[in-house]
Amino acid sequence: MTPVKSKLGLSRPKIEEARELAAEITAPVQQFIDAHTTVTVERATLRLLGADGANADGVPVPNLVAAQCGDKLAGGAASFYLNALVKLDKTPAALNKEIEKGLNICEIPFTDQKRVQKKADELVKGLDARIAGNVAHRNAKLKQYKDKFKSPQIYVIVATGNIYEDVKQAQAAALRGADIIAVIRTTGQSLLDYVPYGATTEGFGGTYATQENFRIMRAALDEVVEKEGRYIKLVNYCSGLCMPEIAAMGALERLDMMLNDSMYGILFRDINMYRTFTDQFFSRMINTAADIIINTGEDNYLTTSDAVEKAHTVLASQFLNERFAAGAGMPNRLMGLGHAFEMNPDLKNGFLYEYAQALMAREIFPEHPLKYMPPTKFMTGDIFKGYAMNTLFNFVSKATGQGIHLLGMLTEAIHTPYLQDRALAIDNALYVHNTMEGFADEIEFKKGGIIQKRAQLVLDETIEMLGEVKKHGLFTAIETGMFAEIKRPRDGGKGFDGVYEKAPGYYNPAEAYLKKKLKVGK
Amino acid sequence: MFIKPYGDTSDDGAVQLSFTLPVKNSGRAKEAARLYVQKLGFKKVDVVHAAALSGDFTFFVAYGKTDISLDYDKVEYAEAVDKYMSMDEVNDFIKTHFKRKLVIVGACTGTDAHTVGIDAIMNMKGYNHHFGLERYPMIEALNMGSQVPNEKILAKAKELKADAVLVSQIVTQKDVHIKNLTELIELAEAEKMRGKTLLVMGGPRVNNKLAKELGYDAGFGSGTYAEHVATFVVKKLYERMTSRK
Repeated sequence: MTPVKSKLGLSRPKIEEARELAAEITAPVQQFIDAHTTVTVERATLRLLGADGANADGVPVPNLVAAQCGDKLAGGAASFYLNALVKLDKTPAALNKEIEKGLNICEIPFTDQKRVQKKADELVKGLDARIAGNVAHRNAKLKQYKDKFKSPQIYVIVATGNIYEDVKQAQAAALRGADIIAVIRTTGQSLLDYVPYGATTEGFGGTYATQENFRIMRAALDEVVEKEGRYIKLVNYCSGLCMPEIAAMGALERLDMMLNDSMYGILFRDINMYRTFTDQFFSRMINTAADIIINTGEDNYLTTSDAVEKAHTVLASQFLNERFAAGAGMPNRLMGLGHAFEMNPDLKNGFLYEYAQALMAREIFPEHPLKYMPPTKFMTGDIFKGYAMNTLFNFVSKATGQGIHLLGMLTEAIHTPYLQDRALAIDNALYVHNTMEGFADEIEFKKGGIIQKRAQLVLDETIEMLGEVKKHGLFTAIETGMFAEIKRPRDGGKGFDGVYEKAPGYYNPAEAYLKKKLKVGK
Repeated sequence: MFIKPYGDTSDDGAVQLSFTLPVKNSGRAKEAARLYVQKLGFKKVDVVHAAALSGDFTFFVAYGKTDISLDYDKVEYAEAVDKYMSMDEVNDFIKTHFKRKLVIVGACTGTDAHTVGIDAIMNMKGYNHHFGLERYPMIEALNMGSQVPNEKILAKAKELKADAVLVSQIVTQKDVHIKNLTELIELAEAEKMRGKTLLVMGGPRVNNKLAKELGYDAGFGSGTYAEHVATFVVKKLYERMTSRK
């Protein structure tokens, strides 16, 4: 890691101490992860091998196969799918059609393992080529249009519920200057234990994440890429009960970023902790293989609790997310660690604290494309005040070199953004970022002043908190409400029945491929 | 008393508008925007800003003056409570009149995952220096969090013998909240909880009028703090208790 001279006077040994604590906290969790699989990890594996489509009732093929497997999932679902391909001598597309019509592939007698492995090798090779092709395409475009690369990158959200309306709004935003488009998912999708199939036009507060919707939006943004001469990144939500499946779909369809947090689902969606930890690992391996930047969800700690008092919970979570991601083979340049500008605007010197914390994140995670979230909690419906708050947020983001800058909307807390709301937000950001281009290099801070002291305090509190978490263990820490003041029992929450201890001889060629490619688990 | 908007002179009727039309930015588009605002009934229309949002959409800022006025004396609106109590007053009121702790259960129900509203009312810390219900010594508050099925919140309310249930709905796109809020009322009716347990709804697009229409005891919109909800709950429960005697 490149040592950066700290403008905040942060102690290098203290930062290392926090990293060490995070490594000790995550190690026992990683042991659990390595010994387990989940129903959605198995479905993601099937998807990576070619399982796709849905039956007449809308049940996706990966779910049909998982249901056929039942408890045999503990040994890995891939062997049944591969065996069926070999025995029936079919392509994945043809086999999917049969499964849609009701074929139970778990009833097919087993052929010899060599033929299954040969089929696996063939499909994995195809998978690797497709993912590598996506990565190569993205890199070529980023290189070709590198002159237009902005820092920070401007990120906006579309959320109409209808993928075709989303396309219009996304293209308009990209043409206006947005670099990153996120298609928010419909409310409640995170709790569906399947990924819907096909293009969709009905959603609430967002649009279903489906592979077809991914394709439609990718193609629409690629049009703008050529028109504008600027690469436009596409984001979706690799979270909830289908975290690794969304990762698989994103890797196949060249998404560029995924919301993906190691603990968000546990705390804020009441998803079982064993399930989430196991799922985040597999999904992060897929994201890494496809060179997809993850965005972690630390901003949520500050909308739930007080942004001043609980600032250290953000930093603590960033250290844990960093360590978990590294465990999945992910390099720092793909870790978009999250944080937010969420202090009460009435707080005296609040701007100085926000500035201190944003710069603190930058100095502690110098290679990471930090994801900075705008004010939401204190947006009231006074759109004019909101616009002013977003201006200060834009200022801090540029002044502290954030990587991924999610724009605040003046109509936050009123409705999903209108076309003009997004354009006004982009105009604001472009104005602020341009007018203060060289600011960060010019400025230094008073030794022992408000800003330096604030950052140092947050780091100290973080080390204290991580020490406590280490003492109890992460599972117990979550059970006793040490994160976001939310308590989640280890055997409670959604999706717990989909967690399996890997059976002896567990077989998963996609996992083997990912681990080998990413040098994980050596 | 008849009223009109005030710009810089009494009764000038000045209104500020901003909107987008699905046409390419041009002189003709700007004229179309002016005519459109005129069609809305405004006089002396001035389109002060036009900007392309893309090749197909243009954003306008316009000003106009209206002749329309409103008789303010005929406007009817009942707040859930006339005068609000502070946290300490609420606690004293409960101690004096109920002689036991009141139980309040809250959640974001249905598919809604946005807890910012229910958290602001219920969590210890509250919002904007107004403590939440968990902080009230005489209130036993349980925040069940997000995406709680309607059945589950009512079951919990029964189990804890809750005095009041608070339901928060933030996502209102295509009126999804109305369907969910109505379903909860129907379930409460079936469980014979209506009229016993207070049912209160909240959210940025919610007000007391809508709540009453849907069958709730009260509704609270943006700008609500815990003491507002608490005042309503204790006064309403007291009213019911004394009217039964």
